[in-house]
Amino acid sequence: MLSRVADSLYWMSRYLERAEHTARLVNVNLYLTLDRATIDETRHWGRLLASLRMPPSMPSSDVDLAAHATGQVLDLANRDSIAASIAAARENARQVREQISSEMWQQINRLFLAVRRDAPDPGWTGRTHDFLMSVIEGVHLFQGITNATMTHGEGWHFIELGRYVERAGATAALLEVHYSDPPGPSTAGVGGEYVEWVGLLRSCCAFEAYCRQYTADLRADRIAEFLILSAQFPRSVRYGARHIQSSLQTIAQLTGRGPGRAERLAGRLLASLDYGQVDEIMSGNLLEYLQSIVRQTGQIGAAVHQQYVSYPVDNALSA
Amino acid sequence: MAVVPGTGSGALGQTAPFGNYTLDHAYDEMFDGVGQPRPQYAHLFERLLTVDPTELRQRQSAADLAFLNQGITFTVYGQKEGTERIFPYDLLPRILTAAEWDVIDRGLTQRITALNFFLKDIYNEGRILAEGIIPRELVYSCRHYRREMRGVPVRRDVYVSVAGTDLVRLPDGRFAVLEDNLRVPSGVSYMLTNRQVIKNIFPTLFSRYDVRPVDQYGQALLATLRSLAPPHRPDPTIVLLTPGVYNSAYFEHTFLARQMGIELVEGRDLFTHDNVVYMRTTGGPQRVDVIYRRVDDDYLDPLAFRADSQLGVPGIFNAFRAGNVAVTNAVGTGLADDKALYAYVPAIIRFYMAEEPVLANIDTWLMQRHDDRAFVLEHLDEVVVKAVGESGGYGMLIGPQSTVAERDEFRRRIEADPRNYIAQPTLALSRAPCFIEDQVQARHVDLRPYILCGDRVTIVPGGLTRVALRKGSLVVNSSQGGGSKDTWVLNA
Repeated sequence: MLSRVADSLYWMSRYLERAEHTARLVNVNLYLTLDRATIDETRHWGRLLASLRMPPSMPSSDVDLAAHATGQVLDLANRDSIAASIAAARENARQVREQISSEMWQQINRLFLAVRRDAPDPGWTGRTHDFLMSVIEGVHLFQGITNATMTHGEGWHFIELGRYVERAGATAALLEVHYSDPPGPSTAGVGGEYVEWVGLLRSCCAFEAYCRQYTADLRADRIAEFLILSAQFPRSVRYGARHIQSSLQTIAQLTGRGPGRAERLAGRLLASLDYGQVDEIMSGNLLEYLQSIVRQTGQIGAAVHQQYVSYPVDNALSA
Repeated sequence: MAVVPGTGSGALGQTAPFGNYTLDHAYDEMFDGVGQPRPQYAHLFERLLTVDPTELRQRQSAADLAFLNQGITFTVYGQKEGTERIFPYDLLPRILTAAEWDVIDRGLTQRITALNFFLKDIYNEGRILAEGIIPRELVYSCRHYRREMRGVPVRRDVYVSVAGTDLVRLPDGRFAVLEDNLRVPSGVSYMLTNRQVIKNIFPTLFSRYDVRPVDQYGQALLATLRSLAPPHRPDPTIVLLTPGVYNSAYFEHTFLARQMGIELVEGRDLFTHDNVVYMRTTGGPQRVDVIYRRVDDDYLDPLAFRADSQLGVPGIFNAFRAGNVAVTNAVGTGLADDKALYAYVPAIIRFYMAEEPVLANIDTWLMQRHDDRAFVLEHLDEVVVKAVGESGGYGMLIGPQSTVAERDEFRRRIEADPRNYIAQPTLALSRAPCFIEDQVQARHVDLRPYILCGDRVTIVPGGLTRVALRKGSLVVNSSQGGGSKDTWVLNA
């Protein structure tokens, strides 16, 4: 497979995952802030933008914060907005149209056209929710079509890789923001504590799954355990790391290349999560631990690029 | 069978869908001089008499939608950047008999063979120049002549392996060559998709005709490319080199790559090392043996040609010269489709083949010849003037439809740079029935068959019939409001 094609598939998938993650986060948080009494809005929207790795510069307090934050994620000119992510994903798909199935192309094209057509005005309007839901569903549909119509070969594994690198990094970043200033009666206000923990879980689609495992008793250490170490929950960091590692292994096999730096990094991350224990993590420096996970997913992405896309030609030819 | 009332000219009568169908001195593909349908059109004619226009219109929109959803589009330059459009599609097939096709097939085979001899001669000994049959100046002043090709060996001496020659039908019913496209001709994907669409629209009609298939084009192209691989590479890696997604024919490039099962590469995917071309794959560098390039000469290799090209591959021309990779069509083939050199093609055929041309040329006045120029400048309102270096219907003056200002502009341009202009009589292109505004109407058409030349010459029976959809228009180019229709070549 051409290196450029692999790279485009990887980024197509990453951008779609990013769009879906952003849409869900905003959607969940817009709902939470409806309970105005219990929410400190400045704190709330600042954390949202921070967890999306957007500059958390908040305007003066007389501005509608919800409008400001949703504006950020809906603004096409903003490189990290939903529309920009979907446009970037579609552009990557367009470059490799002969490599993906026609059904995949049609779905991503439809999603792109719909986002351009339907993007609502910033702020909380009746349509914001519909719009965000349609993005989430559009991405889920694309992922389903991909699984159902594309050969699960090298290209498909690059798509998987992109998705889980993005997801593991995003979940870790979200946890980092929450645990850097965990909600308590003093910081989040009366009742705010519960709302914020629910918000975190819902942001990862994890509320129901968590309750099924631990009941609705929300505790910081259990939430961390679930979102970091769960082997079965598809948005936990560990689940992502497992998929990163297995896709990399398959790619190394299919391309006939021996395991390289990317596989080693992915294997190390997975092992640390496989054998990690939540009380150790919580009693150590949790934030540093989460930062290190974000850093490691970044390193894996860079190593994949170096190994399969921008490798130095001289070494490869003499090998 | 229904008989159409009518005389040699004028309306065909009140027969329902043909109410507005007129005949004039141009050859009509469907009707003979007295308004009778030609035998090969009889089934289609009967069908049209009974068909419901609403139903046809619905099928038309279904076809348009299918093109749009699949992204079968082309990009229009000179307008808003990146405007994607579908290529308008006319429902009614154009039908050619086996006898008509036979002449076309022989004529095109002869022509491509002679032009390949010519290119080999020009880039090597230059016999045709030494014998004074073609003026040296005409060759050396051609923008597409490549001095770098002198003495470079070309596999099987095939310089042009893929050509798309534009034919027109004259009022007497003979086909003549209007233009040879020997660089990177496009449109073949429309020939193939048109066929798929019409099978859906007219399944019964299609099966009543014994139509020769065109679907084997992809295989034939692949076999042609394979036959051009360097001899010491028995299992060659073949790629299609595209300028990228912003090229007007990008859809076609993806389509052909998929049909052939070969990689679609961009310049940045390839690199050269020790005069060998490689593509960068996830499994490491992979050697490339044959490059079907859809990038113009100018942009192919920044080291050899335009240094500012971002589309090309540095060093690819040297690899080609070293015989390590086949690049096809070869560099410098644009010489042979120069619009001024075109006038000499009959002479070229006689010189190399010792045969008379099977297909006629259109009379051509070269503006650098003094007498020709004087005549044309007198008759600018009657002739068609074409810029030698342009294609796609750009840079043209159609005399009878031009304004005084346009003619003055062309007069100035011709006098400033006579080598860059030729003129031809305004042709009455043949007309074929088209489904327009719920009626069958006659529109001017041409025909572009696709010729493949490797270890043998292959011409898939059919081609792209381009239609000037605007009433009375003679310009069929897609960039100028043209459309296309399927072309059926019958077995009998």
